[in-house]
Amino acid sequence: MSTDSIALPRPREASRPLVDQLHDWVTTVDHKRLGIMYILFALFFLVVGGIEATIMRIQLIRPQNDFVSPEVFNRMFTMHGTTMIFFVAMPILFGFANYLVPLMIGARDMAFPRLNAFSFWLSAFGGILLYFSLVGANGLYGAGNAPDVGWFAYAPLTAQTFSRGHSTDFWTLAVLVSGFGSIGTAINILATILCLRCPGMKLGKMPLLAWLNLVMAGLVLLAIGPLTAAQMMLSLDRYLGAHFFDTQAGGSAVIWMHFFWIFGHPEVYVLVIPAFAFVSEIIPVFSRKAMFGYPIMVAATVAIGFLSMAVWAHHMFTVGLSSNANTFFVLSTMAIGVPTGIKIFNWLATMWGGKIHFQTPMLFCIAFLFQFLIAGLTGIMLSAAPFDWQLGNSYFVVAHFHYVIVGGILFALFGAFYYWFPKMSGKMYNETLGKVHFWLFVLGFHLTFDFMHVPGVLGMPRRIYTYEPGRGWDTWNLIVTIGVFFQALGILVFIGNLVWSRVKGNAAGSDPWDAWTLEWTTSSPPPAYNFAIIPTVKSRRPLWDLKHPEDPDWKYE
Amino acid sequence: MAMNNSFTRCALKVIVALSSPMTRSFAQATAPPLSPTNIFAPVSTPADTIFGLSLFVLAITAAIFVTVFALLAYAVVRFRKRSDDDGREPPQVYGSNQVELAWTVIPVLVVVALFMATARVIGSVQKAAQPSNAIEVIAIGHQFWWEYRYPGLHVVTANELHVPVSDPAHPTPTFIKLLSADTDHSYWVPRLAGKTDLIPNRTNHMWIAPRETGLYLGQCAQYCGTQHAKMLLRVYVQSRDDFDRWIQEQSQAPSLSGAASEGRHIFETTACINCHAVAGTVADGRFGPDLSHLMSRETIAAGAAPNTPENLRRWIQNPDSIKPGSRMPAMELSDRELDAVTTYLTTLR
Repeated sequence: MSTDSIALPRPREASRPLVDQLHDWVTTVDHKRLGIMYILFALFFLVVGGIEATIMRIQLIRPQNDFVSPEVFNRMFTMHGTTMIFFVAMPILFGFANYLVPLMIGARDMAFPRLNAFSFWLSAFGGILLYFSLVGANGLYGAGNAPDVGWFAYAPLTAQTFSRGHSTDFWTLAVLVSGFGSIGTAINILATILCLRCPGMKLGKMPLLAWLNLVMAGLVLLAIGPLTAAQMMLSLDRYLGAHFFDTQAGGSAVIWMHFFWIFGHPEVYVLVIPAFAFVSEIIPVFSRKAMFGYPIMVAATVAIGFLSMAVWAHHMFTVGLSSNANTFFVLSTMAIGVPTGIKIFNWLATMWGGKIHFQTPMLFCIAFLFQFLIAGLTGIMLSAAPFDWQLGNSYFVVAHFHYVIVGGILFALFGAFYYWFPKMSGKMYNETLGKVHFWLFVLGFHLTFDFMHVPGVLGMPRRIYTYEPGRGWDTWNLIVTIGVFFQALGILVFIGNLVWSRVKGNAAGSDPWDAWTLEWTTSSPPPAYNFAIIPTVKSRRPLWDLKHPEDPDWKYE
Repeated sequence: MAMNNSFTRCALKVIVALSSPMTRSFAQATAPPLSPTNIFAPVSTPADTIFGLSLFVLAITAAIFVTVFALLAYAVVRFRKRSDDDGREPPQVYGSNQVELAWTVIPVLVVVALFMATARVIGSVQKAAQPSNAIEVIAIGHQFWWEYRYPGLHVVTANELHVPVSDPAHPTPTFIKLLSADTDHSYWVPRLAGKTDLIPNRTNHMWIAPRETGLYLGQCAQYCGTQHAKMLLRVYVQSRDDFDRWIQEQSQAPSLSGAASEGRHIFETTACINCHAVAGTVADGRFGPDLSHLMSRETIAAGAAPNTPENLRRWIQNPDSIKPGSRMPAMELSDRELDAVTTYLTTLR
């Protein structure tokens, strides 16, 4: 099954002038190159957003600290949230989807390669627009600079009355433009998975990664629409005298919250479902067992997708909704714990009875399981509306969703990086550096986000640039800030490992993990056309069938 | 349905049983050393009930954590690849409908239990009827301070709420109507109640029935602009006699002496009165805190600084030195004028 015999055009490329090579990247419509560009773009913004978080944590290291002014602090949390969600998490996951989906379903590219490039450049333009506010948003009397309305930008703080200048407009347009990019990519992923599967790959034979990205893309289509509409309404309010959210003219602040969270909660699942996808590919390979309960995993994912559309107002338990509304959203939110729990049990059952290999990708997945379990349980606490009346908008919530996004999604992403780096670069990463990165990040993560729950329970609200001494919050905040530096160190090791391995690493070969899905049948990195001959599959693990002709999967599925 | 009712009643009993004795001992044991804003040290009814529910939820989530973590730890240790591995693949298992059914049904039951307990508490807090002897207060959120009005009692004050203690046997709860003058805010005094938002163009409600006198702290919990961090809450729970006396004092115009007439003149002929009110004078602005009984308050600038003549003078001279981004402008007064206005303000008792 080795495809090493395929002649690669790559060696000649190195000798071409740099300008020509860059031109190739800028004009490319190749899903693999666009995927890598998405990922690099997101990694750049990950560092930027991380620096913003570090500035906030230094300010909060002790009470009444004077490291930055309140204005700067408020810009930092706005930019940190917006950057991490729209310009790190989404593009990095789209990048992996772009790179992996065609390879894993035996296709030569995405369904709409030009739309793919267009979507990437829209997202990139959105990111640039957001940061251009730092120089471009001076507006009236120098009011402005980076946006400072918070990443969920509650009305009426975004109205002209409270937000002079153009910083809010840069935020609105950046989110709007990158949203169109997301919609384009979602359509592309849906069309690719539905139309370009290789012969034999029925929906029920797709790798779980493809299934989960299918659900993710559907959610993007449903969720980005309301957000885009809300951004347009906000701009109409600000410039054309509309009064959707302008409370001084009879508008409704609560309507903005509904629009934002009907996007915002499915968005959480847009981010976490691809993370589930990585884990669902990595755990079986490193446990040497087939995924336990594949049809149930698919059903649970689809159930999560539907339920996630009906839980948004759990972000609004404190805005004074009726007790009936609150009760409904308690039930829908708690219900989503059931399919999520099923997923965790299925991953555990996959490991059960296996032979677990502890390379870096698997380490990150095991940590993911542990941390996502805790994130889910604090989520259950927050779903009990009265408990949320205390915990909502406190540092407990900040700790909870960072547990989801960092402890869950980012850990799964690191696992994915190490797992597919050999495929993308053709080189093997350094295992020792990978483990150093893992342990540094585990230590930093737990120092920061375990201890961040405590000040929330002790009454510390989020988004405050400073706090009074004597509230019992000092020590916790100090520990939280110390953890940040371990995380930063971990990220440095990670980037160093990627760069060093890309240049000096050993050749990886086409199938370094002895894995089972189609991307491992082609060379590393794959040629532009992915497969010389489009493969035909009979089961969910085509390479297992090839490696074990005496006991193939298709006999049991 | 009958089963549901008996179940929720049972759950509620557990909550009440957990909350009453434990609440008190826990509150006394932990409140002062840990934090004056600890949500697990309640002294008032909604916070008590929430604490009871919290313990129920914490117990269930802890049990789930222990179970799943034990399974994970066991799997990682027991099924690791051994050094004497024979290199063969382990037996492939594709799934089991019985097992899947088990770990679907059990979580569903857990969710049902949690939901019913939660729904009960939501009802008990949100549907509580206002008794006729309840104290009524209107709290209005401003960037970045709190306005309090006691309708019917002719009291208007700022930043420091006074309420009577509520004897659990004969409750005299305080019902608070929540409004906003500008952006969203949120009212959060953790030891008294959960938070409720103050949203412009909308009327929200909350209530408290504190059973111990004392000063309870909190702060705005919804980002409302530059100085969201220094929009602090102070609730003084007083004995009924002290509270009645306080109302009596606050409902009368301050007695203005002639000693501070220069400061009063400056105050009433500059922009001060555009925003501030002093009962019985021409000053009737409403954008800033009512100053009629300024000196009866322990703090200024929504709890950001102690109410001393030095801080008052500093505040009038340059509010940004205490609270950068505050809505009050620096008044650009001369030293002499500053002293005079400060002197006038210190007579407002």
